[in-house]
Amino acid sequence: MNILNDWPSFLPGLLAGLGVSVQVALLSLLIGVPGGLLLAIGAGSKKKLVRTLIIGIVEIGRGTPALVVLQIFYFGLPASGLTLSSIGASVVALAATTAAYTSEILRGGLQSVPQGEVEAAGALGMSRGDTLRFIVIPQGFRVAIPSLIGFAILIFQATSLAYTVALPELLSQAYSIGSTTFNYLSVLVLAGLMYAAITIPASWLTCRAEKRLARHL
Amino acid sequence: MDIFLIILQGVPMTIGLTVAALGIGALGGIPLALGRRSKIPGVSFIAVSLIEILRGIPPIVWLFIIYFGLGTALPMLDPLTSAITGLGLISCAYMAEIYRGGLSAITHGQWEAGEALGMGRPSVLTVIIGPQVFRVSIPAAASYAIGLLKDSSVAYTIGVSEIVYFANDQSRQSSDALGPFFLAALVYVIMTIPCAWATRALDARLRQKVAR
Repeated sequence: MNILNDWPSFLPGLLAGLGVSVQVALLSLLIGVPGGLLLAIGAGSKKKLVRTLIIGIVEIGRGTPALVVLQIFYFGLPASGLTLSSIGASVVALAATTAAYTSEILRGGLQSVPQGEVEAAGALGMSRGDTLRFIVIPQGFRVAIPSLIGFAILIFQATSLAYTVALPELLSQAYSIGSTTFNYLSVLVLAGLMYAAITIPASWLTCRAEKRLARHL
Repeated sequence: MDIFLIILQGVPMTIGLTVAALGIGALGGIPLALGRRSKIPGVSFIAVSLIEILRGIPPIVWLFIIYFGLGTALPMLDPLTSAITGLGLISCAYMAEIYRGGLSAITHGQWEAGEALGMGRPSVLTVIIGPQVFRVSIPAAASYAIGLLKDSSVAYTIGVSEIVYFANDQSRQSSDALGPFFLAALVYVIMTIPCAWATRALDARLRQKVAR
């Protein structure tokens, strides 16, 4: 296989890129998931204005492609005086997308906690905040875990969009190696396999998590 | 307003790309879904591997492999053909998983009833099970289609003139760098939200026609 001969020489560059991809994905999730939790709690608010506003934000966030959000933060915002680095823009954009999507996942999880438990907590004299913190969130989060892992895989894949803002992640590295060696096919296939090497085992993990959590429900 | 009209020029391409890729996926997903259930040794392994690989690699990477990787050897792969091929292949894998969910939603009794009537397995599949699988698959397929509509924006990176392509162009040309992207976002939101409503209504209607 002729195509494989160059792979050892491509590896260092691609591994550095993979590191950046993983870093961006983790940072986005770290910021985005708590954001999603806040939105999910807000969407259950008793005030109609708050509820409508939050559902509106979530719908707009989910309706806009991550690529467009990324371009808004990187190319658009400097015009209004706020310039972000390519990694800053990537993290902020993907975190915003994460918050919008995970809020729906978490809302589903929080709603799966039986109303009777909330009432029971109220009967025991727990405040609304304590009920959320000790009763609803721990259980709701657990239900949401498989879907959250599934979404994390998608966000890791979405880091490849940061190629468009010149972030030196896996795809950018592969493309630049391709443009110097003219061996696009070989290097891009290797990069693809590197993405798959993370996403495929992660999707097995989702299946296992689903089975394990189903035991107690 | 002028910028908005220019960005709207990308809408037919975005919709065309989505419909073409979804069409390929809706057809290609059938053999993959059936292959996955196959009892012939090896067939199910190959189907599962194809599905995992197609879904495991980001769409933009597939487009690059096809356009830059294969395109150097195969000149007929222009940007649009590459984008349709790439997104179409990915759709095959996602649609196969959706059909699989649909197949498992049909009660086993219907297979048995078909056999009791003396029908062979292939005709039970095409006459009884198949049509119902399509109906129960519609909601999942529709939410996938909405996702695909947004994912089709990656085709801009290989030069397909869809919505983001025009937005990018306008952002560079005009003094207003931010506006075109907001307008592009608005166009996507306008397209996806009614789709989501229509899906919910359609789902409610089709669900009545599936035997329980």
